[in-house]
Amino acid sequence: MSSDITANDTHHAHDEHHDHGPPSGLMRWVLTTNHKDIGTLYLLFALLMLLVGGALAMGIRLELFEPGLQFINPDFFNQLTTMHALIMVFGAIMPAFVGFANWQVPMMVGAPDMALPRMNNWSFWILPFAFTLLISTFFMEGGAPAAGWTMYPPLVLQGAGNVPFMIFAVHLLGMSSIMGAINIIVTIVNMRAPGMTLLKMPLFVWTWFITAFLLVAAMPVFAGAVTMLLTDRFFETSFFNAAGGGDPVLYQHVFWFFGHPEVYIMILPAFGIVSQIIPTFARKKLFGYSSMVYATAAIAFLSFIVWAHHMFTVGMPVAGELYFMYATVMIAVPTAVKVFNWTATMWRGAMTFETPMLWSVAFVFLFTIGGFTGLMLGVAPADFQYHDSYFVVAHFHYVLVTGALFAIIAGVYYWLPKWTGNMYNEKLGKLHFWLSVISVNVLFFPQHFLGLAGMPRRIPDYAIQFADWNFWSSIGGFAFGLSQILFLFIVLKTIKGGEKATDEVWEGADGLEWTVASPAPYHTFATAPEIK
Amino acid sequence: MSTETNKSSADHRRLIGVLSLVVLGMFGFGFLLVPLYSVICDVFGLNGRFVDIDAGTYDITAQSERAATLTQNVDTTREITVQFLASRNQNLNFEFRPMQKKLVLHPGEMGMVKYYAKNLTGKDVVAQAVPSLVPGTAVKYFAKTECFCFTQQTLRAGEGKEMPLRFVVDPALPKNVSTISLAYTFFDTGAQAKPAGATFNVARAAGTSN
Repeated sequence: MSSDITANDTHHAHDEHHDHGPPSGLMRWVLTTNHKDIGTLYLLFALLMLLVGGALAMGIRLELFEPGLQFINPDFFNQLTTMHALIMVFGAIMPAFVGFANWQVPMMVGAPDMALPRMNNWSFWILPFAFTLLISTFFMEGGAPAAGWTMYPPLVLQGAGNVPFMIFAVHLLGMSSIMGAINIIVTIVNMRAPGMTLLKMPLFVWTWFITAFLLVAAMPVFAGAVTMLLTDRFFETSFFNAAGGGDPVLYQHVFWFFGHPEVYIMILPAFGIVSQIIPTFARKKLFGYSSMVYATAAIAFLSFIVWAHHMFTVGMPVAGELYFMYATVMIAVPTAVKVFNWTATMWRGAMTFETPMLWSVAFVFLFTIGGFTGLMLGVAPADFQYHDSYFVVAHFHYVLVTGALFAIIAGVYYWLPKWTGNMYNEKLGKLHFWLSVISVNVLFFPQHFLGLAGMPRRIPDYAIQFADWNFWSSIGGFAFGLSQILFLFIVLKTIKGGEKATDEVWEGADGLEWTVASPAPYHTFATAPEIK
Repeated sequence: MSTETNKSSADHRRLIGVLSLVVLGMFGFGFLLVPLYSVICDVFGLNGRFVDIDAGTYDITAQSERAATLTQNVDTTREITVQFLASRNQNLNFEFRPMQKKLVLHPGEMGMVKYYAKNLTGKDVVAQAVPSLVPGTAVKYFAKTECFCFTQQTLRAGEGKEMPLRFVVDPALPKNVSTISLAYTFFDTGAQAKPAGATFNVARAAGTSN
């Protein structure tokens, strides 16, 4: 595709609407409406939250290192698991993907910027306030939310002062996500360069397009659910209060109606990133492009009709169990289409294994493990055994850490030279990969065994027979945590300097973003590129 | 350039309008799930509620007649295990338990158990028990002729009492059901206790019930 494009943006005649580059100083970042600046802010914020959420996880693994209570009291342990999840989901994974979208979507569709640049600034700057609200609960009397990230009543409503803080933080996060999603949809629908038809869009753009619709449809439901929690706690309503005629199980339905699309919100953009990287390093076109698009759309649709598989044990009629089981297992079909397409793309390709490719291949392999355990959990009778056990913890960490997070790291290595103009250190990148991929399996694989042996999730102490695998899991956890310090170092080092990157960066790279200079100029495609 | 910008900003506005409506609609949909949930559960009997007992419209006379008919033809080929459970709402400081954990009987046979409740507080409490049944689909095959859940129960400070429950399981109960769990949750209605002797013929939990 790249050879078909007339890249005239770097030397374009600029008009009075914009200047050469960014203003200097702190206010550049506060007031910026530039999609690249906002993308950078999102990504740096996500990196910060990854480290904060990771630090909480280290606390969890420290306590679980040995049976018995050593370091942390049980209530604080519950705060750690709850806050680890909230921070990782809403602070690290989701903002990282929005950061990618900000940087890449306009460049990949040949647009000068996002469609709604001022709202874009808002979407980002809400986040630090939301997380200040959320994290401040650690320092309150009674501590942070401790009822799990799913916020099930009545337990969550027994939190002390943290309840309104948590709920308003969720409201803010929802607003931020919805504004970001609307911005992305408008950009993709209205701002594509002439000739960039929908089925010529890079797959990353497609996956984000569909993710944005999931956000628009699912986040408001979550906002509604937490609003009901708020009024139950403070305004005497009884949505979930049995004493007033409400039903706590209703909350689980409303929450998971949001919650299941949410897990695809966290994985579809990862599919997109990997679908950009694998063709580059296999030096082949993506196998089955249109089937990838349809599979993504099918997954998105199915995600709205399977929610109750998170609550098989709540007491459902057999017909309900069967419906949700079959619908859930059906998601394996479009997901398998994707995995086979990635494999087919690599088949007989002229493959090289630079760092982004290593992370992507690991993604395909390890995400598939997480997918398979998801299938096991989707089988209702089996789920009665696995429910709320460490098997579930192992499952969703395989899809979210070796899935979503690995794709994010792959994407960072892939596009970092374009963003900064500097190559990252390949030796260090590979070291980071091998340290991470080994330690992450030592961390999460034993948790499958723990769960099958009956260890429940969200507990600070455990029976003695679980000691060995918890020991190994903690060792893996500490190693994985420390490896990410190396990631931080590599990213900062690349921002500061390094070997200059070429415009194309990768030999097999294909797409509009590789036709502009490295680092990408502050304004790209002020005149739309021609796409033949 | 400027006409193009105007055109595109009109396009933007239209799309933003549509998407904002979707957002508002989905926010509303979250709240719509509340009545929808109640209706679906009641229609299909999914969550094991005795809707008419909750609503205070349970026809005891009709159920007694029904029970009398059912006891005419006991199905001795089947045995049903009925398990009894009790729980208290967190705001109610009562001792509350079934005096018998389970009862094995034939469909059509009259069953009788007693629950025991004791007010552990220093003041009189008016409480209401709300029944629920698992599997939920068995609710309509479970006829109660006498139940402490039909009326509010007033327990004086420190008073303990035995409360009877009489029921018949309909022989038409689907063949795949062999165990029924009947649970009662006891709630504080918040009402003031009336002088001894007064009863409240209202069978519903505190606050609004739907």
